[in-house]
Amino acid sequence: MKKEWPLWEVFIRGQHGLNHRHVGSLHAPDAEMAIRNARDVYTRRKEGVSIWVVPSALITASDPANRDALFEPATDKIYRHPSFYDIPDEVGKM
Amino acid sequence: MYAQMVTTDANRVRDISEMSDEERVFQERIDRGEKIEPTDWMPEGYRKTLIRQIGQHAHSEIVGQLPEGNWITRAPTLERKAILLAKVQDEAGHGLYLYCAAETLGVTRDELIELLHAGKMKYSSIFNYPTLTWADIGAVGWLVDGAAIMNQVPLQRTSFGPYSRAMVRICKEESFHQRQGFDIMMKMANGTPAQHRMAQDALNRFWYPSLMMFGPSDKDSVHSAQSMSWKIKINTNDELRQKFVDQTVPQAEFLGLTVPDDHLKWNEEKDGYDFSEPDWSEFFEVLKGNGPCNKERLDARIKAWDDGAWVRDGLMAHADKRAAARTAAE
Ligand SMILES: [Fe+2]
Ligand SMILES: [Fe+2]
Repeated sequence: MKKEWPLWEVFIRGQHGLNHRHVGSLHAPDAEMAIRNARDVYTRRKEGVSIWVVPSALITASDPANRDALFEPATDKIYRHPSFYDIPDEVGKM
Repeated sequence: MYAQMVTTDANRVRDISEMSDEERVFQERIDRGEKIEPTDWMPEGYRKTLIRQIGQHAHSEIVGQLPEGNWITRAPTLERKAILLAKVQDEAGHGLYLYCAAETLGVTRDELIELLHAGKMKYSSIFNYPTLTWADIGAVGWLVDGAAIMNQVPLQRTSFGPYSRAMVRICKEESFHQRQGFDIMMKMANGTPAQHRMAQDALNRFWYPSLMMFGPSDKDSVHSAQSMSWKIKINTNDELRQKFVDQTVPQAEFLGLTVPDDHLKWNEEKDGYDFSEPDWSEFFEVLKGNGPCNKERLDARIKAWDDGAWVRDGLMAHADKRAAARTAAE
């Protein structure tokens, strides 16, 4: 009979048009209660205007063992950054 | 503190040359100030110690609601009542953030709660003292939340990501807690002579238990040394206690209240106060379960848990039934 309420991940969008951001997790029996609980646990001081909840069990995460394979290739592509290019001062702001 | 005398399973802190490759990489990441995330490799001792520490911290937030909750229905004004209600609700939130941080380490919240109820996990000694008058609510916010802030602010930099993020959230909310307490103390200390006496009496009773919150001196403790090398403890107990005294004594003077310590004296040389240690035998008695309110606190938690079981089970059964109906309809 005894079954613990499942875990939900909570995402909140603040007032300034930014993306929903992961703020933490909580337990709730279903999505509706998860939203209600998220409202009380994570937005007591106007931290947001929109809440998403996702069952934690449905999240697929990258494997930390693959960290180098996934993210290392980005470090040597410095030409992807604007600072790679020297533009003469005479050109003005660019 | 909210987590006191957390053990680490270590008999001594090992040198980096004695570690396995995995452990060395782990320790070097911590030394570089990187955060450890739940799916990263970590030594078993680190994981277990954090479960004990974060769990105890979470329990303290939850049990800590009881002494203050005691005054919600008897707050002197509607405004004070609303403030206290908001403060106690924050503490419930703190407990929830922390249980979730602990759960990322592979333990469930229900397991932690059951360990608490079985007497196998602790909460802070401070919450085993009663709140006898309204001035005690002021003293709790001012001193107890004040002491908690001393410990929690550095813990924002702790090595374990979820714990660190919980601490950031908590610290944002704590300053309100301490200020509302000090605000009560100002009203009481500057009120009628009877109110002033109540404020002094609250300070007298909460001063030493607040100093005990930091735990006994741990300058020679292997556990503290291990926890510090793992960055799950940032300062020694004595450092934090000294900081707390140095910060609080001038505030007491501002209130026109007397810190109940005959040996309290400014020490120019160390740029801090000399002060009396609390009675550590009392502290150990409280930890053993013999404080003034241990039984009352634990009984209240167990009763709330048992009385709420039908609600938890009912909502779960309802959710399962609806989910099954949805699947059948698809
Ligand atoms: Fe708290
Ligand atoms: Fe607090």
